[in-house]
Amino acid sequence: MLRLTIREVSQAFREGRISPSELCQKCLNRIKKTRNLNAYITVTEEQAVEQARAADERFQRGAPKGPLDGIPIAVKDNFCTENTETTCASKMLKGYRPPFNATVVQKLLDQGAVLLGKTNLDEFAMGSGSTDGAFGPVRNPWSYSAPYRDRGGADPDSDWVITGGSSGGSAAAVASLSSFLALGSDTGGSTRNPAAHCGLVGLKPTYGLVSRHGFIPLVNSMDVPGIMTRSVHDAATVLGVLQGQDAKDSTTIRHPEENFHLPDDIDVRDLRVGIPKEYHAPGLSRETLAQWSRVADVLERAGARVVTVSLPHTQHSIVCYHVLCAAEVASNMARFDGLQYGHRSVEDSSTDALYAATRHEGFNQVVRGRILSGNYFLLRRNYQQYFVKAQQVRRLIADDFAQVFSAGVDLLLTPTTLSDAPSHAHFIQEDNRTRSMQEDVFTQPVNMAGLPAVTVPMALSGRGLPISLQLIGPALQDRKLLTVAGWLERQVAFPQIRLPWDTEEDEEEGCNLGVAERGQTAV
Amino acid sequence: MGFVVYAFQSGQPQIKKKSSAVPQLIGVVGLEIHAQINSSTKLFSSSQVGFSAPPNSQVSFFDASLPGTLPVLNRRCVEAAVMTGLALDCTINRKSLFDRKHYFYADLPAGYQITQQRLPIAVGGTLRYSHLIGRKQGEVVTKSVRIKQIQLEQDSGKSLHDESGSQTFIDLNRAGVGLMELVMEPDMQCGEEAAAAVRELQLILQTLGTCQGNMSEGQLRVDANVSVHRPGEPLGVRTEVKNINSARFLARAIDYEIERQMEVLRRGGSVLNETRAFDFKSGQTIPMREKEGLQDYRFMPEPNLPPLMVYDSETAPPPAGTDPGQAVLIDAMRDRIPELPSARRARLVDAFGIRPEHSYTLVNEDGLTDYFEGVVRMSRAEPRKAIGWVIKDVLGLLKQRGLKVSQSPVPPHALAEMLDLLEDGRVSSSAAKTVFQELWKGTGRSPAQIVEQQDLGLVDDSTEIHRICQSVIDSHPEEVRTIRTGNRKVLNKLVGLVQKQTKGRSDPVRVRAILEEGTS
Repeated sequence: MLRLTIREVSQAFREGRISPSELCQKCLNRIKKTRNLNAYITVTEEQAVEQARAADERFQRGAPKGPLDGIPIAVKDNFCTENTETTCASKMLKGYRPPFNATVVQKLLDQGAVLLGKTNLDEFAMGSGSTDGAFGPVRNPWSYSAPYRDRGGADPDSDWVITGGSSGGSAAAVASLSSFLALGSDTGGSTRNPAAHCGLVGLKPTYGLVSRHGFIPLVNSMDVPGIMTRSVHDAATVLGVLQGQDAKDSTTIRHPEENFHLPDDIDVRDLRVGIPKEYHAPGLSRETLAQWSRVADVLERAGARVVTVSLPHTQHSIVCYHVLCAAEVASNMARFDGLQYGHRSVEDSSTDALYAATRHEGFNQVVRGRILSGNYFLLRRNYQQYFVKAQQVRRLIADDFAQVFSAGVDLLLTPTTLSDAPSHAHFIQEDNRTRSMQEDVFTQPVNMAGLPAVTVPMALSGRGLPISLQLIGPALQDRKLLTVAGWLERQVAFPQIRLPWDTEEDEEEGCNLGVAERGQTAV
Repeated sequence: MGFVVYAFQSGQPQIKKKSSAVPQLIGVVGLEIHAQINSSTKLFSSSQVGFSAPPNSQVSFFDASLPGTLPVLNRRCVEAAVMTGLALDCTINRKSLFDRKHYFYADLPAGYQITQQRLPIAVGGTLRYSHLIGRKQGEVVTKSVRIKQIQLEQDSGKSLHDESGSQTFIDLNRAGVGLMELVMEPDMQCGEEAAAAVRELQLILQTLGTCQGNMSEGQLRVDANVSVHRPGEPLGVRTEVKNINSARFLARAIDYEIERQMEVLRRGGSVLNETRAFDFKSGQTIPMREKEGLQDYRFMPEPNLPPLMVYDSETAPPPAGTDPGQAVLIDAMRDRIPELPSARRARLVDAFGIRPEHSYTLVNEDGLTDYFEGVVRMSRAEPRKAIGWVIKDVLGLLKQRGLKVSQSPVPPHALAEMLDLLEDGRVSSSAAKTVFQELWKGTGRSPAQIVEQQDLGLVDDSTEIHRICQSVIDSHPEEVRTIRTGNRKVLNKLVGLVQKQTKGRSDPVRVRAILEEGTS
């Protein structure tokens, strides 16, 4: 039952094969069994049980709220949840209970979703490994999977592969089957990167389509709430619920497209798919490249036109991001001074001393480093050389995409990450900044341009780990993007994860229901 | 930027003359004014705005800068800034931008203020103001100061220090209240000019209703940039004078600062670029603890607010699909501007033939124009006669008692009725004063009732007046003799005696005529 998609579970609820409470209990048990993944910072068990019971009643009355009613979900711990601790995986916000729900959280709760808990991340979402949070690193469930273990993967007690980040907890929750949906956040790839490493569908919607109110920001001008599910259809369902103008977020846009049902099948013959030549980046693994070519061939064989395109300024994206991100971080983090909320140092000899000590103690090295460099870039004498230049380059990067799309390309096909998930021991040999610059190379330019992008798992690597590709679309073409992603999903038939915690019962259900209903066309 | 009418005026006060061939040092004054926008809610949140609410009772999640909150622009504040800009002949920028200005301070919870540093909502205006000079302040001089820009920004909270100084308390009620910062070019030369400009601005804002303009309540806060130089030479190093809470103190602070800087230069010293506070007790400016000067505010665009667009129904209509309730239209704002003080003064002089300085008094006193116009409308008396009563008697007494025009115990219709009694010759002017004093007591009796009950009406009985006049003549033979020798002045004394006997109820012209006849 745990490995079903949202659509399948919702159907099971309707048919009375299982109740929301029963499913919620299974998920809570799975969370307990998978504690060592460190996916959750807070588990909201009591609240979840209560919400599930309310959903039970609605189904019993025959009046469920919609496709998400009774569905267990997890939320990254940088989205505010009313009266539930929201830490951003930082000592600075340990114990902080916001008095309000983020708009996206509220929308899910309004639909009857059952919140299981808050998921782990890199501190304030700064990282690409989910290894730099105050609550320790997140382990990728695939570290425990049969294919990985069978093909000589390290013993997970000594080393494990990372989830990617920064929304690693959310990815681990969905991949380990303790949750059917998780909210991530995506500023430079933080949803797509861990989704790719954990074999999930990860959607970064168009900037402005989904409200950021209550999302504790990293880079306001690039932040987008991200969606992680086990199927493209589920991602589309969730986007349909979350999208829309929000009076509390002035950067949200009015978008008339309310109905978000994906067609079950499409004809890809009219499709023009661009392959950006600059994405043949240094460090791209042989296996990922092979998948990229294979999938391009799949599209071509089905009649789509696959063309090479150029995004010449993409190569500058990461360094440009570094400047803009640090600048906004320096600004956004200024509010954490220990006076109103969060950590406060015992040092109180003066207000300035209190600030300094609070911020030194509350933030980790990564956050402090970005604050320092951001303030440097914003100094009057540096502003033109750094911030303004970076903004100009940002515009060029966005223009690159716009030109390609206006030349008739419908969407771009690229890798999501350089390779499959690296091991933790390997990953931490370089610092956070170096890793972020390497890992976000394919995902980050999309945030610069505010475009929608989705990552879809394609195959397992030689190590038995997921390899995923990314589709990038023009602004507000999220639905079209998902339609093609859904088509690809059906073509590749990515295998389901097999975990040591799967009970025999789950296995059986999985065989009977899960796999049977999903796309099987082997390629 | 609009053209500028700038008149150099004589009458430079408080600058001591020194005989020298070198041109004299003169003061150069520019102002930065923070006007709290008169709006029921804050600039970026829906918290209420109120002057005397209990501490921290008007604080939204955004005002407290809780993480994840976002600013939502208050349309009313935009309208106020557009209207103010138009009233000051500014160019309204169809598109303006918001920026973050960073500094750490306990009453600035976000660590930055949202302001409009790069592209403000209004630029390039002019404020025309006048002040009265000459003997008896009888001469009106009109000048103008250029408005560089008007920007929308957030107010900060307030820090309250306990008596021992060891603890600071933060009140965030004011945090996030909308401000218009008006930056004036350094076109003024002395404190009196600056004070006159601020008073005129105050009046304009109050007329528009965009700011209540009370300086002592901090609704209007003025910082002065002051320097001195010799005309024709580059501007001198300037200081910024803060902590000024009335127009009177503004004039004093600036004049003190100009004099201080001149003295520094005369002694061969140099003026430091610093921030100084005005100490109203000593009348001096004193250096503030320096940290402002070295601040780098690390300005950055505010990423959570799209560009602020304003439209014009004719030349730049809002794009299709814009919620008509949300778009701010420049032309609609222009139509909503009421009669401004300068236009009102010109109209009063023109329509009622009153003196220009009286038009200042009428317009500068809140509600007095309406009062005066009410009296004129309801009375048959000449406006020029009414103005004296309104300014000397009504306003004089109000000032004495510290009352506002709206609190006057004599309403316009009562004064009008009294003026009519006077006009119709039913009371003498001295009896009218008595009636006015009775009215002031606010007993609710009408002038006619007072006249009747206190028997103040003119003695109309010819026989009776003749009788009283004759009795005065009879009982003052000395005076009558003197008059007959040609000393007519003594006649006045007799007139006064008749008035005394009739308790001011006789017509002095008539009495005089009777007495003249009787003593000839």
